Amino acid sequence: MKIIVCIKQVPAKDAPLAISPDGTWIRETDIGFEMNEPDSFALEEALRLKEKHGGEVIALSMGPARVTQTLKEALAKGADRGIHVTDDKFFSLDPLGSARSLAAAIQKENADLILTGLQSDDHGFGQTGVLLAEILGLPHATIIMQIEAGDGRLKVKRELEAGWFQWVELPVPAVLSIQSGINKVRYATLKGIMAAKKKEITTIPRESLGVSSEATQKLERIYVPQKTKKTEFITGTPKEAAAKLVEKLKHDARVI
Amino acid sequence: MKILAITEQREGKWNKASFETIAAAQQIAKDTGGTLSAAVIGSGVSALAGELSAKNVAEVVLIEHDLLKTYTPDGYSLALAQVIRQMNPDLVVFPHTYEVRDFAPKLAASLGKGMIGDCIGYRHENGKLIFVRQMFQGKTAADVTFAGAGPWFATFQAGAFRADLAANHPSGKAPVNKVAVDLQPEQIRTKPLEMFREAKQAVDLTQAAIIVAIGRGIKAPENIPLAEKLAKVLGAEIAASRPICDEGWLPMERQIGSSGQTVAPKLYVALGISGAIQHVVGMKGSRTIVAINKDQNAPIFEVADYGIVGDLFELIPALTEELEKAGAA
Repeated sequence: MKIIVCIKQVPAKDAPLAISPDGTWIRETDIGFEMNEPDSFALEEALRLKEKHGGEVIALSMGPARVTQTLKEALAKGADRGIHVTDDKFFSLDPLGSARSLAAAIQKENADLILTGLQSDDHGFGQTGVLLAEILGLPHATIIMQIEAGDGRLKVKRELEAGWFQWVELPVPAVLSIQSGINKVRYATLKGIMAAKKKEITTIPRESLGVSSEATQKLERIYVPQKTKKTEFITGTPKEAAAKLVEKLKHDARVI
Repeated sequence: MKILAITEQREGKWNKASFETIAAAQQIAKDTGGTLSAAVIGSGVSALAGELSAKNVAEVVLIEHDLLKTYTPDGYSLALAQVIRQMNPDLVVFPHTYEVRDFAPKLAASLGKGMIGDCIGYRHENGKLIFVRQMFQGKTAADVTFAGAGPWFATFQAGAFRADLAANHPSGKAPVNKVAVDLQPEQIRTKPLEMFREAKQAVDLTQAAIIVAIGRGIKAPENIPLAEKLAKVLGAEIAASRPICDEGWLPMERQIGSSGQTVAPKLYVALGISGAIQHVVGMKGSRTIVAINKDQNAPIFEVADYGIVGDLFELIPALTEELEKAGAA
């Protein structure tokens, strides 16, 4: 089975975010980046499918040069090769533009399965998988908690809301968006890291894909959200703060 | 502005988020001097269309077909694309449910259009609609506008608008108009099987008066007894954000948020929870919210009544001790 996993690189979870002077993105200098966590579950699922059914896992990512680091991590974990669609202005693409670009790169590969994470921790649109399916003309299923593959068909367990699940059957090739928590993600071993050095990462400039960067939507500005509630911050040593909080919960909020 | 709101039902029962979207769409129609149509899609759902017509909408669009009885992304996208081509609305709005996430981007893309998903509100300024959504897991908000011609597609996050504010029809009932759609069985490539629940939910967190919830900040399962002790002193149920349950540190049935339970206790204590939107939608209705987090910019503080910035592993024992002294339980 030939599997392509779409992996995004996003600011590290604990990175202190500062908004860029023009107000349309964050300052990328001085912060760390990491593999988008939801995508790490998709990568893990791809590696497990390969271990079970054989085949190839290709890690696909788009973005500036720093993205190579995340692709190397995917290779160290066991992906066979990487594809890097390069674009320094990647962050300004809208979901449809991103998906069209990724789809153009995917089309060259003739894969059986395309996996994405549920959503990215930066934009958080959660649209890429569904858009890829439409653009590539493939069936899809999202929020997947289990995959059973065989005989040119897939049986996948979708998570619905409020504790409900549903099995869905679909033919391959297909696109699946993986729910976070579907598996336990592996760490790269030293052996894996060494092996990754010999693996290939193909670079494709985004502009060479012939996809227009004309957007259907525009990010006007980003900002620190206005508080919906006035938070009373309690300060002091842990003991003092705890005592003050108990007082307030007892006498002001009257909830204990 | 011509607005079309798409509602959601499963097996003839409403997803209540539908009426939040109706409330949002009514407001946009009012602000822009537009008209609102509301659509019901499925099979054998004319009773729901009747119910919907009691709301203040210009018309209810009833989209029925045997192949729409059970939701499939192909069936819904193809049917709605036909309806949208016929009606030509400027704006199509949906509730941001798991089902909508599964087909709405596809529907929009099939018409060559984009979608602004998971909006928490909108503004109408100088004749322009600006949609507000969250980014970076709620650490920032963003103003987003549509570029190019409609129809535009937008989804609203659960709880962003109040369903009970969806206004009733001023003169009784709006007309229900059936729109025929053409679907063939071979166009539907996925085959949905039975829906089921994994296990009976043994814990009903919605009934808890006090909840102590833990997030990533708890760092390791060995630290959970600290939070459990605090919960015990408060007479609270213990709960968690999704990553903790994904790790298996607490069972899934103790998860609060969009994929877990939605709660509104009188006191919610969030320990080391950053406050990603998926968590906040499940607890923001709590009467009093206490947040303890090492990061003073954590989005959880936006919904907290009381906040302490500091080290959980000092603050949890200190708080437990003070509560014991005060005889809270």
